[in-house]
Amino acid sequence: MKKKRITFGKIIASVLAIIWLVIAGAPFYFMAASAFKEQFEIFTSGVFAAPKGLFLTNFQKVIESNFYKYVLNSTFVVLVSLILILTTALCAAYPFSRFKFKLNKPLFGIVVAAMAVPIHVTLIPLFQLTQKLNLYDSIFALIGPYTAFNLPISVFILTSFMAAIPKELEEAAEIDGCGKYRTFFNIIVPLSKPGLATLAIYNSVNMWNEFSFALVLTQSPKSRTLPLSIWEYQGQYSSNIPMIMAVLTLCALPMIIAFAIGQDKLIKGMMAGAVKG
Amino acid sequence: MNATRSLSYSKKRSTVIASTVFLIPVFFFIAIFIIYPIIDSFWLSLHTWNGISSFKTFSGLDNWKMLLSDTTFYKSFSNNLIIVILSIAIQLPIAMAIAFLLDTGGKKLNILKMIYFLPMLMSSVAVGFLFKYIYDPQFGLISAISTMFGGEGMVDLLGNPKYAIYAVIAVICWQFIPFYMVYFLAALSSLPIEIYEASIIDGATHGQYFWRVALPSMQGAIKSAAILSLVGSLKYFDLIYVMTQGGPSGATELMATYMYKNAFQMMKMGYGATIASGMFIVITVISLFTLKIINGKQEA
Repeated sequence: MKKKRITFGKIIASVLAIIWLVIAGAPFYFMAASAFKEQFEIFTSGVFAAPKGLFLTNFQKVIESNFYKYVLNSTFVVLVSLILILTTALCAAYPFSRFKFKLNKPLFGIVVAAMAVPIHVTLIPLFQLTQKLNLYDSIFALIGPYTAFNLPISVFILTSFMAAIPKELEEAAEIDGCGKYRTFFNIIVPLSKPGLATLAIYNSVNMWNEFSFALVLTQSPKSRTLPLSIWEYQGQYSSNIPMIMAVLTLCALPMIIAFAIGQDKLIKGMMAGAVKG
Repeated sequence: MNATRSLSYSKKRSTVIASTVFLIPVFFFIAIFIIYPIIDSFWLSLHTWNGISSFKTFSGLDNWKMLLSDTTFYKSFSNNLIIVILSIAIQLPIAMAIAFLLDTGGKKLNILKMIYFLPMLMSSVAVGFLFKYIYDPQFGLISAISTMFGGEGMVDLLGNPKYAIYAVIAVICWQFIPFYMVYFLAALSSLPIEIYEASIIDGATHGQYFWRVALPSMQGAIKSAAILSLVGSLKYFDLIYVMTQGGPSGATELMATYMYKNAFQMMKMGYGATIASGMFIVITVISLFTLKIINGKQEA
C-alpha cells in the first residue's frame, strides 16, 4: 500500500544508483569494447566508441598462443590444493568442534592466529625452501603455500559449521556402535557438504587470482599461472591496448561465467572470508 | 566405580589418539609453510645474504638498525596508513549507502546488484592492468573524459608523485566497495522486518529509519568491516605492484612492495627479511591493539 510519491530521498537514491552504475560498469565497458578493436582503432575512433565490428583477431591470437598452458597450470594448482585444503580442514574441524581435550582451545588458537599472518613474511623463506626442495619454478611449488595459507580460515569456518550439526545424531551413531572414525566418515562428512561447497568456492576464487607466491616461486612461462600471464602479454604487446584488453577479458571470463550460472552461491562463497578473526 | 573410571580413562585416551590423527595434517602445513618461515625470516634478518651464494654472513642487528633509520620504510608505512584511513573513510560509507539503497529497493534492483558486484570478479592483477590503461595519459579513459570537459587531455595521474597514491586508492575503492556492499546488505537484511514495519507505521521515513534504527543496530557489522579493511590495507601488494611498482619516486611505495624490491630485485635477502619481519611486527601490534579497543568497548 505504498504511495507513489517522488520524494527528495528517492531522487538522491536514483542519482546514486546511476552514478555507481557508471563507475562500476565503465571500466568493464572499456575493457570489453577495446578487446574487439583493432590496434589503431582506439586512436581514430576514441575510447568510448563501440567497436566497428566484431574484430576477433585479438582473441584468436591470444588463444593460439600458449594461453591454454596458463589456464591448465592454474586449473591444476587450484584443483590439487583445493582437495588438500578440504580434506585437511574436514579432518581438523572434527576434533575442534566435537572433542573435549585439554589442548583443544590452544591449538585452535594457533589456527586462528595463523589466519592473520601476512604472506609477505613468508616469501623469502619459502623461496629458499622451494629451491632446496628443487621445486622452484614448477607449479608444484605453489601447492604447499596455497594449501597452508587457505587452511586456517577453512578450518575456522568448517569448525563453526560442524559445531552446528546436532549432537544427537552423533550420539545415536555412538550408541549404534559407530566409532569416532566411522561417525566422521558416515555422519559428519556427508552433513558438512554445504559448508564444503561454500569453502570450495571461496578457496578456488582466492587461488585462481593469487599473485604474490606465483610471482616469487615461479619464473618461466611454462610454470606460471593465469594472473602472471598478463605480464607476459604486456611484455609482448605493450603498445597494443586492444590485445591486452582481450587477455584481461579472457582472464575474467571464467569468473563471469561462474557468476552468471550461480550468482548467489558465488557471492556467498566469496563472502565466506568475512569472518571476525 | 573402578570400572567406570577405567572406561572414562580409555574413552579419554581414544579421544586424544583420534584428535592427534585428525590434527596432524593441518599442523603439518601450518608448521612448514607458516610457522617455520616466520622464524626463518627473523633469523635471516640477522644476516647479510644475496640469495645466490650459499654463504650468509652473520651481521647481528645491523639490518634492524638500518631499518629503524630507513626513511623509505617509514614512507612506505605511512603510505600504508593513508590507504588504511582513506579505504575505511571512503569504502564503508559508499558501500553502506548502496547497500541501503539495494535493501529498500528489494528484488527489482537485483540486476543493479549484479552489476555492482562485477568488480569483485576480477583478480587484483587484472584490475591493476585495466586501470593502468584507464589512467594512461595518451589513450586512457581519464584523459578522454578530461578532453570531453574541455581539458587538454594527457592527464598523467599515476606519473605524478602528488596524485599517484590517490589514483591508486580510487582503484582499491572501486575493487572493494562491492565486497562491503554485500557485507552490509547481508547485515541489513538480517535486521528483523518487524522493526522496519513498526518504524514505518509510526511515520518514520526511509531516511529516518536508516539513521535512527538501521545504522545504530549495524555497529557490529561496521566494526568488523573496518577491521577487515584495516588488516587488508596493511598487507596490500598486488594492485600497487602492477600499477606503479611503488613509483613514481616512492610515492606509492608500501611495506610489501619495498620488501619485495629489496629481496627479489636488489637481491638483498637479509634486509628484505628484516623489512618482512618489521612488517609482521607492525601488523600484529596494530591488529591486536585495534581488536583490544573494539572488544573493550563492546564490553563496556
